[in-house]
Amino acid sequence: MNGEKITKVVLFVSSLLILFLAAGMVYTLLNGAIPAFNKFGWNFIFSSEWNPTEGKEEYGALSFITGTLLTSILALLLCIPMSFSASLFLGEYYKNTKIANILGSMVDLLAGIPSIVYGLWGFYVIKPLIVDLGFNEQGFGIFTSALILSIMIIPYATSLSSEIIKMVPNELKEAAYSLGATQQEVIFNVIVPSARSGIVASYILAFGRALGETMAVTMLIGNANIIPKGLFDTGNTMASVIANQFGEAEGLKLSSLIAIGLLLFLITGIVNSIGKLIINKLS
Amino acid sequence: MKKLVVLFFAIAILTACNNSNQSSEGAEKKVTITAAGATFPMPFYNMVFKNYTKSTGILLTYGGIGSGGGIRSLKDKIVDFGATDAFLSDEKNKNMPAEIVHIPTCLGAVVIAYNLPDVKGIKLTNDLLEGIFMGKITKWNDEKIKANNPDINLPDKGITVVHRSDGSGTTYIFSDFMSKVSDVWKTEVGKGKSLKWPCGIGAKGNPGVAGTIKQTPGTIGYIGSEYAFAQKIPVALLQNRAGNYIKPSVESISAAAKTDIPDDTRVILTNSADPEAYPISGFTWIILYKDQDYDGRSKNQAMETVKFLDWLISKDAQDVTKKVHYSPLPETTVKKAKQILRTVNYGGEKLL
Repeated sequence: MNGEKITKVVLFVSSLLILFLAAGMVYTLLNGAIPAFNKFGWNFIFSSEWNPTEGKEEYGALSFITGTLLTSILALLLCIPMSFSASLFLGEYYKNTKIANILGSMVDLLAGIPSIVYGLWGFYVIKPLIVDLGFNEQGFGIFTSALILSIMIIPYATSLSSEIIKMVPNELKEAAYSLGATQQEVIFNVIVPSARSGIVASYILAFGRALGETMAVTMLIGNANIIPKGLFDTGNTMASVIANQFGEAEGLKLSSLIAIGLLLFLITGIVNSIGKLIINKLS
Repeated sequence: MKKLVVLFFAIAILTACNNSNQSSEGAEKKVTITAAGATFPMPFYNMVFKNYTKSTGILLTYGGIGSGGGIRSLKDKIVDFGATDAFLSDEKNKNMPAEIVHIPTCLGAVVIAYNLPDVKGIKLTNDLLEGIFMGKITKWNDEKIKANNPDINLPDKGITVVHRSDGSGTTYIFSDFMSKVSDVWKTEVGKGKSLKWPCGIGAKGNPGVAGTIKQTPGTIGYIGSEYAFAQKIPVALLQNRAGNYIKPSVESISAAAKTDIPDDTRVILTNSADPEAYPISGFTWIILYKDQDYDGRSKNQAMETVKFLDWLISKDAQDVTKKVHYSPLPETTVKKAKQILRTVNYGGEKLL
């Protein structure tokens, strides 16, 4: 066998492997979730009742779905101003300068910090801060976790969009400058419009990260299985309830947790497809 | 990629060989005993396991994965024994692949820990416990708490209840006690390893709850006694069935077992009738299969497991309990536990 062929076979097998892994995962999730959906039907998605007490067992995922979406959307909103300015700083204003390189590696470094470290920092620094500011009495809740999440997803939103901004052809910018445009006008009328699909894609990537984040959120959200009544109320997310309760779960509860996993999988899938749609429309 | 696959298989095969070696040459090689389960007695187990390894060379590992995890691990036969704070009901016993036995190892308590700067020794009645944990009493300077603690200056601060976010034997003991003393609790919340909480925030594991309480003023929650003592978190004095306010201590926890207990030791000791007893006390158990001849286990492995458990309830190991704030088993219970352990066999052959 020659090198060409070997390479081809190896590549083919590895890509097929990914396909099998994904399919296997979906199959396991579906299989495990069947008892929960059989028992509760659509109510599983629309009920916020989560009662694991023996004899009164009833499970619904609504409070966790709400918690996940609320924290992730809030995190995205908090992250956009920071990452948008950072990506313009890195990709346009200080492009290829020393300071941009340093800042760029700092942003990448943020992505490398383990989730649990963010959680610890949130627990010991952000949580007391929230208490001191008087937002709520104990410092746990949706807002605290969203704040940490927003910092965690900055690198995902920043890295990609600054690369895209860098890639905007110089000819376009020069043409705008030659027509007398200021730098600000160039940014908002030339660079952002031509890079928008990439920028949107990076935010969707970041949003996807926020949806699945577990450890840091678990430490800060308060793990109360209720629909939060406000931004400073406690709640729980899908990933966090799975992490918390999986160890002791059996029977119907285990199936319900797996069903939540399946829903999270679906939500992430939907978000990604919407993202692709937007990108296709914009570019 | 290909190299990686080859490497992976090579490692897999090597480890597989290693395993089979261990079981066939078990007689010559040192046995490794694996166990997993409750986090509640973990500090005690960690200490005695280490002592045992030191004196015999037998390696013991314990995974604190929670009572439910311990039961499941034994069911899946991936551990030599499991550990649980809640005994298996008759129905759950039937769900196990073979007959199992419960061996009590020590007594522990669930304490009500709180975080109020400069407030020590707060006294709580069962009604107050119900009010606080049901979310009806929401302020520390509530008239009802004040009336029960006239000497203490209580701050105008909200009460935040901290409970377990994961399933737990600690929750089971606590909710069992609450169900015994409060009808409202019994009907609205009930007892179990995880509950539908009327209020409060959740934290994972005893260390998680202890850490959250320690870090957050205004909180109150229930934790395994050891975790409160080790971190010096103040605990509340509770009223026992005789009406006395009792501080959790080695003696008051042991006193809870001074009642009649069944031969299989499957009993919850909460709300004990003894006037000296701390009301939220309980046994913690080791569970293992009665017939140790399963899944190709060697007789040696079974023998070492049982030998270790026999040592665990001997005076030698029981003396360690106090060092880590647990209470030793009373003589009568040790006798019963020894009897149970002697029914454990290897395909009908006696092990002890």
